[in-house]
Amino acid sequence: MSRSAPKGLPWPRGGRGGLGEKAALPRGVRGDGSPREKEQGGSGGDSPPEEILRTSKLVKVYRADGVTVEAIRGVDIELSAGEFVAIMGPSGSGKSTLLHVLGGLEPATGGEIWFLGQRVDGLSTAGWAILRRRHVGFVFQFFNLLSNMTVADNVELPALLAGATPRQARKRREELLAELGIAGKAGAAPARLSGGEQQRVALARALANEPSLLLADEPTGNLDSSNTRDVLRLLRRAHAGGQAILMVTHDARVASLADRVINLFDGMVADDARMVPIPRRVNGVGDILELKG
Amino acid sequence: MRQPLLALLAKEPAHGYELKLALEQTFGQAYPSPNIGQIYVTLKRLEQDGLVRSEDVEQTTRPNKRVYELTAAGHEALRAWVGEPSDGPRIRDEFFIKLILAPMAGLADRMELMSSQRRHYLGIMRNLIELQAEIDPADTAARLLIEGAVLHLQADLDWLERCQEELV
Repeated sequence: MSRSAPKGLPWPRGGRGGLGEKAALPRGVRGDGSPREKEQGGSGGDSPPEEILRTSKLVKVYRADGVTVEAIRGVDIELSAGEFVAIMGPSGSGKSTLLHVLGGLEPATGGEIWFLGQRVDGLSTAGWAILRRRHVGFVFQFFNLLSNMTVADNVELPALLAGATPRQARKRREELLAELGIAGKAGAAPARLSGGEQQRVALARALANEPSLLLADEPTGNLDSSNTRDVLRLLRRAHAGGQAILMVTHDARVASLADRVINLFDGMVADDARMVPIPRRVNGVGDILELKG
Repeated sequence: MRQPLLALLAKEPAHGYELKLALEQTFGQAYPSPNIGQIYVTLKRLEQDGLVRSEDVEQTTRPNKRVYELTAAGHEALRAWVGEPSDGPRIRDEFFIKLILAPMAGLADRMELMSSQRRHYLGIMRNLIELQAEIDPADTAARLLIEGAVLHLQADLDWLERCQEELV
């Protein structure tokens, strides 16, 4: 996997007409005509990393029973191929709403969302579903696995929906479960697994289609510290393999691994900064602990 | 340093260098290596306070070594130390004082102060996570200490969030 370019469509679609061609996201079809488009397929190398996601003046307003809540109030963010961005902020700051709107789980009220160079905020529910199927993996706090299916079926389903053959889907599933250390659980029902194992299955499912973007909402929010360490390791590995990740989290352990941290406050971006490493001192644990005063 | 030395001497009499080795062995990577000079100074003070006594043991090929053992008063002091509850961690208040005072004096913007502090905490956190991955998993003391530091840091960040909610 390359760090500098988003992956192509997850599965070959030759001869498979009808799978939502209208709303699918072949790159460049409705592009914004920016110079970046012309660079695609060019020499690469020095060109800036390709943009995966961008929002402009994004707004989300909830209206119920005459009450209006402005959850997102003009958010401009962007994310490049291979980037790992963490979104932090107090509860009620709009973090989860933002993630849901970016994944098309809820419609935006205003502003623009661009995904792989194409404007997507106007997509229909079905259009979003197809976009997600092909390009977006989702991980939630409470795993959201399908309880009446085996672990294997949970992980294979997205690939099958995206047009993979059963054989391709099985192969990918076997690879992923092995990589995540749960190959032995393939035939189990999700309910028989521990929380940490379920979250690993959810991660395998999210990565099954090699999505251009992994969206994660508090993925360690419901895990103990040893399971959190496992999920941390897996996210690190996915990121090292070039996976773009946008993650909402309270968990500083997870956020500290990101390339960039966005602080959301009151529905707006209060801080958006690259992580700058702090030089480690030489004497090991003792010295680091002394930093705590 | 006083109490750990007393505790080690309660197990068996020892000389300064043996105590240094015992500390290193017990806490593994988790503590900065104790300074031998500091150990000798502490032992001297403990002796002045009547908590340990020492005698020279002759060695044939090397200079004599001074072996320390616990006195009855030392046993009592140690027992009292073990029995009393330890202080909780103190809140790191330097940043908080900056946060409250600096904007009053027009020296900084609160949101900016909090943002840069958050970034700094996350940088420290990343170092802790890296360290956690590097240490020998069998070194339980080190592992638990790092986990403690991680939890404290998480609390600092949560507190920062509360400050953001209330102060901005």
